[in-house]
Amino acid sequence: MKALYNYLKEVAFAFVSLANGLLLTLKYFVTPWKSIITENYPDNRNNPSVADEFAGEVILIHDENNEHKCTACTLCQLACPNNSIQIISKQVETEDGKKKKVLDKWVYHLEMCTFCKQCIDACPQDAIKMTNSYELSCFDRSTLTKILNQPGSKLKEKPKVTAKVQE
Amino acid sequence: MENPIVTPSELKTEEFVVNIGPQHPATHGVLRVEATLDGEIIKDVLPHLGYIHRGIEKMTESLGYKQSIFLTSRMDYLSAHINNHLCALAIEKAAQIEVPARAKAIRIIMDELQRLTSHELWWGSCAMDIGAVTPFFLAFRDRERILELFEQNTGNRLTMSYIIPGGVMNDIRPDFVPKLKELIKSIKDYRKEYDQLITGNFIFQHRTQGIGILSKEQAISLGCTGPTARASGLSCDIRKLYPYDGYEKLDFKEVIDYGCDNWARYVVRMEEMNQSIHIIEQLLDNMPTGEYRTKLKGVLKLPAGEYYQRVESARGELGVYIVSDGGAKPYRMKFRTPCYSNLGAVKPISVGMKIADLMANMATIDLVIPDMDR
Repeated sequence: MKALYNYLKEVAFAFVSLANGLLLTLKYFVTPWKSIITENYPDNRNNPSVADEFAGEVILIHDENNEHKCTACTLCQLACPNNSIQIISKQVETEDGKKKKVLDKWVYHLEMCTFCKQCIDACPQDAIKMTNSYELSCFDRSTLTKILNQPGSKLKEKPKVTAKVQE
Repeated sequence: MENPIVTPSELKTEEFVVNIGPQHPATHGVLRVEATLDGEIIKDVLPHLGYIHRGIEKMTESLGYKQSIFLTSRMDYLSAHINNHLCALAIEKAAQIEVPARAKAIRIIMDELQRLTSHELWWGSCAMDIGAVTPFFLAFRDRERILELFEQNTGNRLTMSYIIPGGVMNDIRPDFVPKLKELIKSIKDYRKEYDQLITGNFIFQHRTQGIGILSKEQAISLGCTGPTARASGLSCDIRKLYPYDGYEKLDFKEVIDYGCDNWARYVVRMEEMNQSIHIIEQLLDNMPTGEYRTKLKGVLKLPAGEYYQRVESARGELGVYIVSDGGAKPYRMKFRTPCYSNLGAVKPISVGMKIADLMANMATIDLVIPDMDR
């Protein structure tokens, strides 16, 4: 008798527990807006909800005069764990006859980049930054090797510090 | 020719080998389990590793200390922050770098949020292995909101490389704390839903209670750590035993259960989620202000010697052993990962059980395959 009672109790508990779980499913069935967190991705391309801080593709910042801040110090190249950055510099002669190293090509291998932000962290001039672009796939891998400095761009001159006149 | 007639007493059964994996959805990765069966009863379980071996330990030898941080988040991708934290702590200990108080607080919040995401994902996938599909969607819904917060503050969703030697990569956004407070409130509501859906479920209880018994002695001899060992009554929380980065000042409980079975492992993880929420709440009310990182030199060099550091990952004790010869690159970096040791428990708890229980056992141990193989 006791065994039968326990058995029936267990069966009753089973039904109650299953109904309790289904109640939650039913709740979301009738009020689906309470749990929707997905996005209509390809449709909301014009207004994507990507954070500004999202670490995407690396770019070299250019201002309106087509000038960048990269001094070709190669610190980002050394900081990169995957060799995805290649800085090619060239020697030019300035007006006063001195030889100076300037940036020739800032080669970025997007196919090797893991978006770890070490290059941004290493740059002493804040010349590069990460955009929040995320649709980076393409059909030809050669298009992933990019030259980031725009043609004709040059180093931004630092404002010259005028020597203090001793009084 | 005479037709041989076999009488029932002469019938013999043979052992049968079933290969589960390497592309089986229930192993959550590329793990092959060779199960020897006698009918439905498991006689032997032999896991095969090596399908996702990437040589991370060897790769660190050709990278600098700062650079090898990003590799560690690829080991246990479900607790990437904790992996980064481990490497950063070891390097700081060796190079004697002071970390600002704000960075320590941010690190602990991120660690505990990561533990929450990991346990939430585990909850969903564990229930799915046992046969329920709905929990998986609920778990991903809640995990997504935490990942969104990671994306806004660290820049990445899964492999963050956010915790670095000297502090954290960038400061948290000003709206991080109010957003997190709001999130914590909703996570608490969701926790009740988890209990309503799965914890009280009759079928789930019968699939886990009394199944997969791992005794305390076995847990110790196999080197099990984390929730798997704590469910066998073994006190092994590194946050309590060897506190780091200010865990000693926080008030939280080490969750221990003496059930030793799958149900106990489930209960421990569910309670750990509550404890994580409790830890975050304590830190949010009084976040220290000031610097978020100590600026280090471009090339970091550790003094020659051997260093060991351990942290409590979402799956157990995670350790790193660094041998430095004084140069800019480590001579050897060895990781002691929790999943590799916990995998050893699959055989002793499954032998003698039914084949369907093998899935439940592997689910509650919470295996992450890239963490084993490295």
